[in-house]
Amino acid sequence: MYADPVEEARRQAQICNSCRYCEGYCAVFPSMHIHRSFSEGDITQLANLCHNCQNCYDACQYTAPHEFALNLPGVLAEVRQESWEQTAFPAAMGKAFHRNGTLIALFSALGMGLLFWAARRLPGGGEGFYAVLAHNAMVAIFLPAFLFPLLALAIGLKRYWKRVDGMPVRLGDITAAFGSAATMRNLAGGHGDGCTYEDDDRFSHKRRVLHQLVMYGFLLCFAATASGTILHYAFAMPAPYGLFSIPKALGLPGGIMLCIGTAGMMWLKAEGRPHLQDLRVRGGEFGFILLLFIVSFTGLALYLFRDTAGLEALLAIHLGSVLAFFLLTPYSKMAHGFYRLAALVRDAQRRRSTS
Amino acid sequence: MTQPTEHYDIVIVGGGNAALCAAMTAAEDGAKVLILEAAPKDYRGGNSRHTRNFRCMHDGPLSVLVDSYDEQEYFSDLIKVTDGKTDEGLARMVIRASQECLPWMEAHGVRFQPSLSGTLSLARTNAFFMGGGKALVNAYYRTAAALGVDVLYEAPVRHLQLQGNRIERVDYEYEGVAYSAEPRAVIVASGGFQADLDWLADAWGPPARNFLIRGTPYNRGTVLKNLLDQGVTSIGDPTQCHAVAIDGRAPKFDGGIVTRLDCVPFSVVVNRRGERFYDEGEDVWPKRYAIWGRLVAQQPDQVAYAIVDSRAIPLFMPSVFPAIQADTLEELAEKMDLPPEAVTQTIASYNAACGDTSAFHPTERDGVHTSGIEPAKTNWARPISEPPFYGYSLRTGVTFTYLGLKVDENAQCQTDAGPVENLWAAGETMAGSILGQGYLAGYGMTIGTVFGRIAGREAANYVR
Repeated sequence: MYADPVEEARRQAQICNSCRYCEGYCAVFPSMHIHRSFSEGDITQLANLCHNCQNCYDACQYTAPHEFALNLPGVLAEVRQESWEQTAFPAAMGKAFHRNGTLIALFSALGMGLLFWAARRLPGGGEGFYAVLAHNAMVAIFLPAFLFPLLALAIGLKRYWKRVDGMPVRLGDITAAFGSAATMRNLAGGHGDGCTYEDDDRFSHKRRVLHQLVMYGFLLCFAATASGTILHYAFAMPAPYGLFSIPKALGLPGGIMLCIGTAGMMWLKAEGRPHLQDLRVRGGEFGFILLLFIVSFTGLALYLFRDTAGLEALLAIHLGSVLAFFLLTPYSKMAHGFYRLAALVRDAQRRRSTS
Repeated sequence: MTQPTEHYDIVIVGGGNAALCAAMTAAEDGAKVLILEAAPKDYRGGNSRHTRNFRCMHDGPLSVLVDSYDEQEYFSDLIKVTDGKTDEGLARMVIRASQECLPWMEAHGVRFQPSLSGTLSLARTNAFFMGGGKALVNAYYRTAAALGVDVLYEAPVRHLQLQGNRIERVDYEYEGVAYSAEPRAVIVASGGFQADLDWLADAWGPPARNFLIRGTPYNRGTVLKNLLDQGVTSIGDPTQCHAVAIDGRAPKFDGGIVTRLDCVPFSVVVNRRGERFYDEGEDVWPKRYAIWGRLVAQQPDQVAYAIVDSRAIPLFMPSVFPAIQADTLEELAEKMDLPPEAVTQTIASYNAACGDTSAFHPTERDGVHTSGIEPAKTNWARPISEPPFYGYSLRTGVTFTYLGLKVDENAQCQTDAGPVENLWAAGETMAGSILGQGYLAGYGMTIGTVFGRIAGREAANYVR
């Protein structure tokens, strides 16, 4: 851990900038090499472009015990973390979660689960899940729990954009950023062999594949929920939905992908070298992945055990963890997706203006 | 776990590019190979870990290389820098073999990237390793391990016993214990002797103790000396080393690429007394940095000081250590521990000698020169007049030494009595067989790859 991560990152970037051997690995280096000196915003942008693939660390001739003691993935992880904390809205929340991630994630899930347990006292109204908790009650709870994090993220991203001197966004910037995220281009290693995350200097695509399972699994689940909402309101077709329905066709594979992906990411993170991650939030990051695993696992379990006596308890746990997940989105590892996208948009602008 | 007592067909002394190319080639030919690397694992790979590319002939676009680069052009580039002191036969053989090295390297795990920003001039001639030389070394160690090559780190070789025309025994240390091995063949790929400051001072004189060593502290030439003492034929001028002017604040060893300073052509360079001593603008920096290693070595305390003004800063690659900065030349001189009066005097007369600067052009010789001062500055001569002013100290940084083992086209070593039948050499330790002086960027890795593969093949053939 560094006393002043931004200043330390500046020192290291200066060394990288006079070496440049890692230029081909990812977007961080071309973005770094256009500078002669680094503002705090420049360093913030580099940190959010870094995917912690660690290829540069293993290739580096200046890592400890060399006196230059370079550890770019490590120092950028700390800068990145601080940049999310400093731009979070409301600010106090970010810090609290990152310092105590595991606890907060677990407590939130349990607390919310209990809250729903209490919802038994409210009258049910409908079939399946709605017999337990009426649709209107769900909406009343989840709509604000969904909208507030979006608002908080929007404010955070606006602050980020100002800090990294973002320019007015063009459509091309956004398509470039989404194109990069869609394939996790920056985890392909530049040469297409992947990254050296879990087994010293051996390249693999494990992290890239697992991350995409999580990302696409999550998007499928989200799409399943959205499609259910549309069916409910536009077509007057409330849940439950059968196996051969749009929500299930999206949600089942999504849930399975999310389960495998999150379990894999936890294993991978445990295998990874701690000193190349931000130790202050490593526990919190495990907590977040675990929460996402619980969301997906209980979601699948709900489908499997929908006709049993366990439905009520499962529904409480599932919806409780979903609620915690939504509420914590701006203050958990989940935020990284949004900040990374912003960094990629900014990087597309950089490439546009230097080409 | 590698056991020091196991039997091996081939022992390879050294753990850099040439050693690994030899090891992989021999292992693929069926030989049981042990690498004895003097450095700990973190510092394995000798000077290869500091390299960034290799120079490669190609008839047409090849991997990241654009256009073509034929044998004749390659050879004439080489001759220009060595001033003709080149073994033409071996040099051409290396050049021709370089083309098929590139796919071989890729097949053994090396990945290439387009030439780095700031190195456009090499995009056609030099294939850059993705991540640099340490990434190449890592990939080769992985591949070698998969081929069954064993490696001992922190295992310095102390003695090779030459008996008649054979190496009979290899004495080395490992974890503080002395071992002897009796392999059927030995390949020496342990670099030059530049990290042995005593030897350097013997060869060059006491000022050599003030030189900085750009690469590994483990190239002490122990095995080279041991073999030469036993009558193995040497090649190369024992008093010569390849030295360049680098940032004076660089670490004593292992500073590598980042300690280079490209500011000299846009500077006034003075010595400790505040006097100029050579034409800073003689030619573009890639053609002059080696000469400046020597020039700085001849100054008092082997140190010099480059001074530029604010206009020059964007014209060269950023330096690893920030420049010393001041608003006046007096203040800058004081900060750099130079006599302020002499410095201001030198720069005042230089400034007065500058003429029309309208043709100033940073990337080519522009003929913007001084008149009436000695030494003249013949290009890029703009007054040092726009504050803030910036200063860098310059010292001599040694890259490699020329003295080595003489080999034939099969990488085989020899004595006056003829070839040593089971001893081969590859890499920097035999590069003097090809390069008599000077250096061509990326050619060292080409020699190491070509001769490493030859040595591996020949040794495997011999033990079969």
